[in-house]
Formats: sequence, structure tokens, C-alpha cells
Amino acid sequence: MTGLEAVIMTIIAAATPLLLAAIGELVTERSGVLNLGVEGMMIMGAVGGFAAAYVSGSAMLGIAAAVGAGVAMSLLFAFLTQTLVSNQVATGLALTLFGLGLSGLIGEAFTGLPGAKLQSVHVPGLSDLPLIGPVLFGQDVIVYASVALTALAGWVLARTRLGLVIRATGGNHHSAHALGYNVIAVRYGCIAFGGATAGLAGGYLSLVYTPQWIENMTAGRGWIALALVVFSTWAPRRVAVGAYLFGTVWIMGLYVQGIGINIPPQLLASLPYLITIAALVVLSGDRLLTRVNPPACLGQPFVPDR
Amino acid sequence: MTDPRANDPATISAEGAPDEPGGTPVGTGRSSDETTGDANIADAAGIADAADAQNGGYLLEAIDIVKRFGDFTANDGVSLKLRPGRIHALLGENGAGKSTLVKIIYGALQPTAGSLRWQGGRVSVANPAAARRLGIGMVFQHFSLFEALSAVENIALAMPGPFDLAALGERVTRVSAQYGLPLEPGALVADLSVGERQRIEIVRCLLQEPRLLIMDEPTAVLTPQEADQLFVTLRRLAGEGCAVLYISHRLEEVKQLCHEATILRLGRVVANVDPETETAASLARLMVGADVHEVSTEAHASDGPVMLSVSGLSLPSAGPFGVALRSVSLDVRAGEIVAIAGVAGNGQSELFEALSGERLAPARDAISIAGAPCGTAGVTARRRLGAAFVPEERLGHSAVPGFVLSDNVLLTRHASDRAMVGGGFVSQLETRAVAKRVGGRFDVRTSRENPEASALSGGNLQKFVVGRELDRDPRIVVVNQPTWGVDAGAAALVRQALVDMARAGAAVLAISQDLDEIFEIADRVAVISRGELSEAYPARDIDRERVGLLMAGAHETGESAGRAPPPEARA
Repeated sequence: MTGLEAVIMTIIAAATPLLLAAIGELVTERSGVLNLGVEGMMIMGAVGGFAAAYVSGSAMLGIAAAVGAGVAMSLLFAFLTQTLVSNQVATGLALTLFGLGLSGLIGEAFTGLPGAKLQSVHVPGLSDLPLIGPVLFGQDVIVYASVALTALAGWVLARTRLGLVIRATGGNHHSAHALGYNVIAVRYGCIAFGGATAGLAGGYLSLVYTPQWIENMTAGRGWIALALVVFSTWAPRRVAVGAYLFGTVWIMGLYVQGIGINIPPQLLASLPYLITIAALVVLSGDRLLTRVNPPACLGQPFVPDR
Repeated sequence: MTDPRANDPATISAEGAPDEPGGTPVGTGRSSDETTGDANIADAAGIADAADAQNGGYLLEAIDIVKRFGDFTANDGVSLKLRPGRIHALLGENGAGKSTLVKIIYGALQPTAGSLRWQGGRVSVANPAAARRLGIGMVFQHFSLFEALSAVENIALAMPGPFDLAALGERVTRVSAQYGLPLEPGALVADLSVGERQRIEIVRCLLQEPRLLIMDEPTAVLTPQEADQLFVTLRRLAGEGCAVLYISHRLEEVKQLCHEATILRLGRVVANVDPETETAASLARLMVGADVHEVSTEAHASDGPVMLSVSGLSLPSAGPFGVALRSVSLDVRAGEIVAIAGVAGNGQSELFEALSGERLAPARDAISIAGAPCGTAGVTARRRLGAAFVPEERLGHSAVPGFVLSDNVLLTRHASDRAMVGGGFVSQLETRAVAKRVGGRFDVRTSRENPEASALSGGNLQKFVVGRELDRDPRIVVVNQPTWGVDAGAAALVRQALVDMARAGAAVLAISQDLDEIFEIADRVAVISRGELSEAYPARDIDRERVGLLMAGAHETGESAGRAPPPEARA
């Protein structure tokens, strides 16, 4: 493995969980729901995935459990905010706190244990090409899934009836209801999708990134994902750009430190945030997108009149 | 979870449920070159009569509909029968139960009791999608459009069948041209005028080849020319055999357009009449249940001093969907009422906010009140100069819903009425006394002493918020949509109060969408369109036709004139 190859591989590894969590939250927010519990869903995915993989010995089962844990958390959020019409901001924050606490409790038995690492794909011939081989054909399935899900979300939102209904629900839930769409059901679906990708992002952390369980191992990535959604003006393509940019600056900072260049570590640590925000602010200069994309009903409760 | 049409059963017990209005283009089955007008209506109705003779020829019958919301009975045994090819008016004051009834027919609400019959067969309309499958289309008063979506996307949301925006866009263009409702499929709704938005709703209904089209106060937001165009479209639809249920406050247009009328009062049907043989006054009497007071006024030219002066006021738009004010100039003299006409969303609220001081003008002398430049002064400073402001939104802007009336009095008068606040303390005695006085002078009917603002009906709250300001005897009154959505009795009272105020020497500026109101009270009329204000013409020298053209933007002769340098450049 050459130096450049290693850098690219670590950037992809750093960007993937951000991209996964952000694309799910993007879909959730486009339907008009603000779920601040991304961090909590991620950490539950991480501990659920690790536990299942450790007990069963199968990393694939671990992935399934991570997704399941994320969905379960999101459905709890959906039940509280959509069915019981609780405040979305408060409920989302509570979901994060709940997830961090519960994952610590569950994970205590697994701390320090070696996990089952998800193996990378190997395509004979292709994966052995220099540089391109491992980067394009030697990743694990979650990396491919993150890219595929982002493309899928972009396509569905822009080109399909399902996407139009999701955007309509987020834009004006009263009108969507008047047209006969089931606003609550659409939102349940989008929240669950957000939970699935956040859970998968968490699973990636505990099964690939650092294949073991460490308490609070999400380390604020859920919050970064939330910020990426807003700064990318709810556009899937920009979420991908933002996630990879963040990953790149982050990893480059580590390398710069490793080489021994003397930059205050606090500045280095803050650079990914600063550069990502600056880049996305420049990107969001497009007036049309900033007018059209923000969901007008974001965070507003909806009660159908019957 | 995605397509509600896929799995919601419209429980249709009638024989031969109507088939899905799939992808067949509109126009098939209807002669597209049919002449517009009333000539064919009798024929169309006659054919339908023959076909449906077994149920009396009715397309839709609502029988003894009852709808209760808690203790409140919105519909109390309402029956309504509609025939194909007929335009049927549904009349009534606010709160008479019109909207509730049509929502039940459209499936948006379920009746507490009573039944619906479609072509003689009993149906239960579970939701709007089921109504659309039956062939019922509805154009809402407050449009059910999505601002951030394009016209064709908005239409696609209501269309069953395969999802193909390009093909649908072509159909939209064709059908909209066919019915004289030009529409650009790719245009973003937020960029469209209210009239154009309504076209989207109508075209959306037309594409589904409705058998019954419900229109909820469609002309409230249109210029007179747009309304005339709409009538042509509706007559044409009726001529093709479509039934139209037409809700309106405007009795003249009901007389002009409708074949039958059902009048609701307090949730009950009080009469079924032929609008052509009635007068507007007799219809109003049926709606209100009493004679409606007529505003007494004669337009006159005032030569009093200029009390409110706006010169070259330009303001950028506050939000992405707002309107920028472009070099607005206007003088209002003591003793006159100047009205500003215009279609909603053309800068009225922006102008009101600039006048009231909620948004500050870029230059101090852009706005003068009673001779004092105050463009950069806040609301309280302007009130101290003798100005009073009544915003459009009663609940939430004029009044705090959860505050009692006496506290709401305090909100706008704490600075101008010394007696209300003394040494930092609020005098409840005084605020209650004022609230009571306003209630007495302006006939504000409340169920108990000093209730919360939210407990008042729209008309009573409007009387209160207008009365609260007029009770101060202000020298300048600026009021936005003085009688919007208010019943006829309250509207007459508010208008009379404004006229009396002006005759007593105050300068009154009324921003309104209601041309009837404007011509009833105004001495001079200006028109606002896309943030530009026309000259103010004496009311007797300008007719509806001219105002309508100005509302549509006819005075935008020189774009460059509107973008003249802001006033500070000259100051």
C-alpha cells in the first residue's frame, strides 16, 4: 500500500459515516421533520452492530443489527413526535442523550473486546490494480452502500413521485393532507430511513473504522452530519461533497501533525469545521436552491383535522 | 406509504363505480371547439337528465348533513342537490358552514351524520383521493399549492397514473391553452401571481375531467379581468356538462354567473333561490337574516394639510418570497380616505410595515407623519405623532390571541395614552375602561366580560382592533385589509367608522383587495402592483376597468423609473 493510497483510504473511511448519517437526516428533513437524535441513533447502531457481530461472529449480522438498532431508535422518535405530537427539538435531544446512555450500559460488557471486522470486497484482477484497485474496488460494502444510497436519495427526491411527495410534505403539510396524502405515514417512512442510515453509520464505526466498542465512540459525528445537511442546502450531491471535504481536511490535519509541522492542535482540530462551512457557504450561493430546498414545515408539528 | 391512492378504498356502493381518470387526454368526449356561453347548458343538462332519470337527474345529493366539532355544530341537517351542467352558488356569512359542507363533499372531513349520494347511489367519501376518483375536483380558497415546487410538480401530486413530468407538462400546456388559462409548467409557484396560482389549481382539476368542480371563493384574489376570464372558463365547463358548486361572498357575480343558489345561515339551509330573480340586497338579507346597513358617504376632494407623506420609498424584499418596494410616493391629506387596491402579495404588507415602522425606511424623510420626518423612527414614535395602525392579520399581529382585550389595548396604546401607564405601573382600571368603551362604541360582542382575543369571532375581533385605534382619535389611520374575511354586518360597521373618522378630519389610508369596499369608501384610489404604487386618482375619475388594468401591472411602463436611486441619494 503506497502512501497516497493509504491517505485516500483513510479519507474515505472518515467520510463514510458522516455521509451515511447526513443523507438519512437529509431525507428526514426534506419530509419536514427535524430529528436532532442522529448522534443517539448512530451510537445505538454502533453498539448494536458490535454486540451482534461479537456474539454471532458474523460482521454481516452486525450490520443488520446496526441498521435495526437505528430504525428502532428512529421509530421511537417517530412515535413520540408524529403520533403523540411532542416537540421535535426536545425529543431529538432526548433521543441523543438516551442513546448515549443506553449504549454505554449495553456496551459495558463489550468494552475492550476484539470485534469481528467487516472484510473488504476483493474483485480478482481489478482490486489488485495500483491505487485505483483498492480505492475503487477494494472497499467494504458499507462504503459502496453510502455512495449508492446518496445517489438513490438524490434520484428519488428529484425524479420520482415518492420524492415529490416527500418534498411536498416538507413544503406544506396542510396542502399535502388536503390532496389526500398521509403526511404522518410519509414522515414515519422518512424518519425510519434516517434511522437506518444513522444506524449503519454507527455500525461502520464499530465494525470497520475502529473494529471495537468504545463508549461515546461517535464523538459528535451525528452533530456534524446535522450541520452538513443544513450547509449543503438539503441537496444530496452537496452533502457528499461536504462529507468528503470534511474527511479530507480532518485526515490531512492528522498527517500534517504526523510530519511534525508545528501548528497548534486546537487550530488543526477546528480546521475541518471551518473549511467545510466556508466551502458549503460558497456553494450555497445559488439563490434558487436556497429558495427551493429548505423544507418550509421543518420541525413543525402536524395534526390532521378529521 | 408513498401513494395514498394505491390503497385507500373509496367505499362506493353505487352500481358502476366511475373508472379511474387515467391518462386519457382532456378533450376526448367533450367537443373542444364548443362555443363558450350559456347556450349549451340547457342541452347538456337535458342529456344528463335523460341518462340519470331514475334519480331525478341529480349528480350529487348531500342529505341531512350534520357536522359537529365538540359542542359547536357547523352543519345542522344541511341538504344540497347539484345537477350536471349547472352552476350552483353556496352563499352564507363567515361561519355559516359553507366550508365545512364542501370539505365533507370533498372528503376532507367526515360528517357526524347524514349521507352523500352520487348519481343516485349512496357513497362515503373517505378522503380527497376518493372524491377525485368519483370525479369531484376542488379549487381551494387558500390554495393547496406548494411554493417551492413547479407548476407541473404541483399538478403531478394530484394525478394518478404513471409519473412522467414531461408528458404531463405537455398536457398542462395543451389543456391550459384550450380553456384560456395560460400556464408555464416549469414555473416555480413562488414566482407566480395569485391569479396564476389559481390557474394551476383549476388546470389540476380539469386534467382529471371532473364531473363536479367546487370553487371556494375563487374571485376573492383576482383582478376584475381575471375574474371575467374565470367566468368564461366556468360557463364553458358547465356547457360541457360539468356541475359547478360556487362559493362566494360577492352577490353581484353570483347573480351574473349562477343558475341556482343555496343560502346557509348558522349551519342550516335558509333558502334555495334562483339568483337571477333576486337582488343583491335580498340575497344579503337572506344571508344575514337582517337588513345590512349601507355605508353613507360621498366622495369629496380634500384640501386639508398633508398628514401622511411617502416620497421615493424603496425597500428591498425581506425574505425570499417577499416583494421589494420600488420608489413609492403618496400623500394622504386630512379629511380624506385614500385606498390602495391590488392583488394580494404585491407589496401591500411590505408597504404597511414600512408605514407603521415595523421595518424602517433607509432615509428619515422617506416617510413623514404630520409633517415630521420619521422614516427611521419606530412604531411607538410614529404613534406618538398621532398615527394609528391596523395590520392585516387580526390574530397574532393586531392582537395577542392569549391576552385579554384590556391587555391588548395596552399593547398599542401604552405610549400614547398617559393614563394607562403611570410610574412604570399599568393601570388595569384604565385599560379595562378603554376596552369596555371600545366594545360599546364598536359593537364588539363577547360572551363574557374582557375575554381573550382568541375567544372572539373574526368580525368581532376586527371591530375591536379597528376600534381600539380609532378610539384614540388618531390624526392618521393606516389600515391593511380592513374587512378581510369579516361578515357583512361587521364590515359595514368598520367601513362606516373609517368614513366617519375621515369626515371628522383624520387622514385615512386603507389598503384593500376588495374593490367593492374601495369604491364604497375611498376619495382617492391608488393601485399597488409588484411593489410599485400608481398615482392616486380621484375615485370618481377612475372605474373598475382601469383599476383592474393597474392591478395587473399596466402602469409599469418604465422599469427603469421604478429602480430610481433611493431617496438618500437626493437628500
